[in-house]
Amino acid sequence: MPAFLHAFGMHLPERVVTNREIAARVGRTAEWIEGASGIRARRWAAAETSVADLAVAAARDCLTRAGIAASALGLILVASGSARPGFPGPAAEVAAQLGLETTPALDVPMASAGSLFAMAMAAQMTGRFGDVLVIGAEKMSAVIESGPLDPNTAMLFGDGAGAALVSERPGRWEILDTVLHSDGQFRDALAFDWSAPLRMHGLSVILQAARKMPSAIEEVLARQNVAAAEVAIFLLHQANQNLLVRVAKSLGVPAERVYSNVGRYGNTSSASLLIAAAEWSQANSTTRGPVIFCAFGAGFHWGALLARGT
Amino acid sequence: MPDASRRARLLSVLKTVTSQPLPSDDEESLFESGLLDSFALPDLVSALEQEFSIKVPDRDLNPRKFDSIARMEAYLEDHAG
Repeated sequence: MPAFLHAFGMHLPERVVTNREIAARVGRTAEWIEGASGIRARRWAAAETSVADLAVAAARDCLTRAGIAASALGLILVASGSARPGFPGPAAEVAAQLGLETTPALDVPMASAGSLFAMAMAAQMTGRFGDVLVIGAEKMSAVIESGPLDPNTAMLFGDGAGAALVSERPGRWEILDTVLHSDGQFRDALAFDWSAPLRMHGLSVILQAARKMPSAIEEVLARQNVAAAEVAIFLLHQANQNLLVRVAKSLGVPAERVYSNVGRYGNTSSASLLIAAAEWSQANSTTRGPVIFCAFGAGFHWGALLARGT
Repeated sequence: MPDASRRARLLSVLKTVTSQPLPSDDEESLFESGLLDSFALPDLVSALEQEFSIKVPDRDLNPRKFDSIARMEAYLEDHAG
């Protein structure tokens, strides 16, 4: 059963938090933060804004761009690693805010790789449910402000949301294939449970991501007999500019072929992939050719999705 | 048993990746001394794989295994034949 990506949407809070503001709180300089991460600024949501609020704003943008009403949706998937614990998760609130009373809405509680996993699931589920709205929404400022500010992680994260409409109806990009992987051996290297500050063993995370992201991309490309050089754009989880450059180097493609907005928005965890897709697609409305989506996150969970312009 | 050739090749790889003088103490942490950081480490692992014709499996991608010259020698002794 074919599946297509019809449109992307995004939402970013208005408040821009610069490196200078963060630097003053974590004992680093603005220049050091940019050198270590490529990040110059990030957006933080207001205290009263929830993950669901961010998700709904991105959902509305995506639905408008796709030209369909929320009532036409058959399923909603909401990926977030920063929603408050307990139940229900944000998916139910998202559906309610969109005015839906019976449409199934499912939470995907995964950081960073959540929207990729949700897109892969949506590609399989659209034949059964109809149009699937995939949302990645994160309020990472609440995570890093939940305890004493950790200089190593506070500088990295931002808030935001992205969305994608997946449908079996022919659309702008056909999803050709996906690969998904999980390895719980390193689950303690990147973890958060609201009872203590975010734990991140940066050396392990970067070492694993630098290997697993190119590997997943090469795996899905090989399965579809597509060369990396043929790919029009690589849309990756925006964790760190140095990592994006390294993935490009591993794949043997110019760094410019890997979309980057991490400098402006920081790492927005599971929202970042769809925010990148939304920005790129709006600026490149006529680009054809293969498109790679790839993410890596806490767990570890990682994978890649190959689509092609129609 | 120490292998002088393997050690020389290891030190050569390390010098190339770090572009800095290596510590005299084989036990010194290369991360704590600043010789290696999170983005040099993937380069180091790739360079070791190439030099010693080995494949470091993902389960061995633990920074502790590459934290010092001594630990890298031990790893290569077990895996580089």
